[in-house]
Amino acid sequence: MKATEKSEQQGTRLSVFKTYKLYVGGKFPRSESGRVYEVTDSKSGAWLANAPLSSRKDARDAVVAARKAVAGWSGATAYNRGQVLYRVAEMLEGRREQFAREVAEAEGLSKARAAAVVDAAVDRWVWYAGWTDKITQVVGGANPVAGPFFNLSTPEPAGVVAVLAPQDSSFLGLVSVVAPVIATGNTAVVVASERAPLPALSLGEVLATSDVPGGVVNVLSGRTAEIALPLASHQDVNGIDLTGAAGELAVELETAAAENLKRVRRPSSEDWTADPGIGRLTAWLETKTVWHPIGV
Amino acid sequence: MTVKHQMFEYAPAPESRAVVDLAPSYGLFIDGEFTEAADGRVFKSVSPSSEEVLAEVARAGEEDVDRAVRAARKAFTSWSALPGAERGKYLFRIARILQERSRELAVLESLDNGKPIRETRDVDLPLVAAHFFYYAGWADKLAHAGFGPEPRPLGVAGQVIPWNFPLLMLAWKIAPALAAGNTVVLKPAETTPLSALFFADVCRQAGLPHGVVNILTGYGDAGAALVAHEGVDKVAFTGSTEVGKAIARTVAGTGKRVTLELGGKAANIVFDDAPIDQAVEGIVNGIFFNQGHVCCAGSRLLVQESVQEELLDALKRRMSTLRVGDPLDKNTDIGAINSAEQLARITALAEAGEAEGAERWAPACDLPESGYWFAPTLFTGVTQAHRIAREEIFGPVLSVLTFRTPAEAVEKANNTPYGLSAGIWTEKGSRILSMANKLRAGVVWANTFNKFDPTSPFGGYKESGYGREGGRHGLEGYLK
Repeated sequence: MKATEKSEQQGTRLSVFKTYKLYVGGKFPRSESGRVYEVTDSKSGAWLANAPLSSRKDARDAVVAARKAVAGWSGATAYNRGQVLYRVAEMLEGRREQFAREVAEAEGLSKARAAAVVDAAVDRWVWYAGWTDKITQVVGGANPVAGPFFNLSTPEPAGVVAVLAPQDSSFLGLVSVVAPVIATGNTAVVVASERAPLPALSLGEVLATSDVPGGVVNVLSGRTAEIALPLASHQDVNGIDLTGAAGELAVELETAAAENLKRVRRPSSEDWTADPGIGRLTAWLETKTVWHPIGV
Repeated sequence: MTVKHQMFEYAPAPESRAVVDLAPSYGLFIDGEFTEAADGRVFKSVSPSSEEVLAEVARAGEEDVDRAVRAARKAFTSWSALPGAERGKYLFRIARILQERSRELAVLESLDNGKPIRETRDVDLPLVAAHFFYYAGWADKLAHAGFGPEPRPLGVAGQVIPWNFPLLMLAWKIAPALAAGNTVVLKPAETTPLSALFFADVCRQAGLPHGVVNILTGYGDAGAALVAHEGVDKVAFTGSTEVGKAIARTVAGTGKRVTLELGGKAANIVFDDAPIDQAVEGIVNGIFFNQGHVCCAGSRLLVQESVQEELLDALKRRMSTLRVGDPLDKNTDIGAINSAEQLARITALAEAGEAEGAERWAPACDLPESGYWFAPTLFTGVTQAHRIAREEIFGPVLSVLTFRTPAEAVEKANNTPYGLSAGIWTEKGSRILSMANKLRAGVVWANTFNKFDPTSPFGGYKESGYGREGGRHGLEGYLK
């Protein structure tokens, strides 16, 4: 039973429902289409909220916002990005109960299991917060070329990454795919779990109060297939994470992504509780190699 | 201004062809044996500098692709199980034999490709051997490469390479693949099949186990069949962006790993404080090296307005001294265009440059009667909308644009779907680093251009492809 229902039955007060909205360019718009869809409790099937049913236009608007944010975010110091990601963890920590409730309803978990999932998600932000100023040394470095040249390879963000968040893990999975994208200086257009989008939409509220510049993360809810195709074929998107797509849809999206040679991360079986490694960081990094002669 | 034609007369100094023993015909190299194509088809490899037929070569079809992939699959079991140190020793042998035979291979490459012997001798062949030597050393150190404690090979790599650096591209593909424990099926370009077949003989001399390297000469249909073959675990391609996109579509949903090294339209940016003479050498090397048949060529010159006149005068003077002609002559700077087809493409784009209003200039230049030739050419008055500023010409044609501020230079340099390379010429260190940060390109040459090394990762941003070749980074595409 939802806490709100309980208090209503006790006759104490009528609860205030939240209007769940998209998070685009640091603002909370409704879908430009004016459409919503019903989101229900994964166990009881009870109505939880109406979520925005994003349109292709919403997807394009989100890409514009994400592109606008690239210069500032990728140009921020790695230390600064680390602090901002850590700030997200701080903000989430104070909202653990809210997210535990939303995750429990979204995924049909017990209160205790949902709380553990949220804790793991908070810790995942901390993990990636620490990576922002380390990944460059781990994957870059000096190259000992056979000649009098300074030669250095450094990783750089690919740019705008479309992220199809996992369908099953509405929060820990979501955080696990979004945090590495922005840790490395990319900006993200995130398509939330279609059936369970509420934790993702609420995450937007956390990001908005965590010093994450507007447009760095943009969250869309709706039909994954409907929003993902315009993102996969968008000429100003540099990469796409297909984690939340399956089967035929994933093939269709990878094919569309070939049109401007997006970097593609294909769906695979994931254990969101396992050590994340650095694969999701390097997926969205380019290597730039700079040469300069050495001489007097 | 008028540029005076002041070429010194040099007596021809041709490298001897006698060092290359060409057979009249060659087969496909599958499972350690040279064999005819299943359907018996052949094609001719022509010297682009003379249009002389060098040899007849088997033309692989689908059946041959299948045979080669099966041979590579069979060989994979034992090759991948070999201790890394032993695999490495095979690669070291190959590197040493390549060094021993480098004169022969340089002459062969110049004959088949049309590039000057000075380049094949001083650039291609030394880099080819160095590439094998470099990756040989990785074979028993993979666990330390940063891809996990127990990195494993992918399986069979299907590799398709272009005609501009035939043997060097082969080395970039085969050396890391073999070091990581994969086996390969490689298809060289149809206009330059010969050096890959000679490489097969190097493998034979090195005692490389049968099926580890398979060479399929043929056309695009064989390459497409190789990419699509379900027995291939990894696709590596160097070539045009158009074909790269087709490959990305082909492998979608298959789980095959892919690396693509595609086209470019590099900006070579000259600031007003650059040493003009050095910059001119860099510009010439950037666009006329290898007849401009270079994906990372500095094909867009961005020159700061205040030094435009001085720089262009010096550039034209220098271009007037470039020697175009016999690739085997050691004095030659610019050799033959690789094929009639490529010559037609360069000619068409140059004509489009004129038609769209850019001003064309080339030094007075006697071109040989037979073969495929194009004089070093530059266009001034080029705008960003012109085709010669947007499309990869892949020939000795330089498009000159101007800028006033560093911000404008960055804007123009990045205004392309490509992102392979870029050049910066300035004496100011902080400006070099600032520009290098902002240019969206995989390789940035500052006060130099077109430098390559096996330890240095190479590859592009955006539509110039994905993955890196060379260095520790180059192993990633061949491991899981």
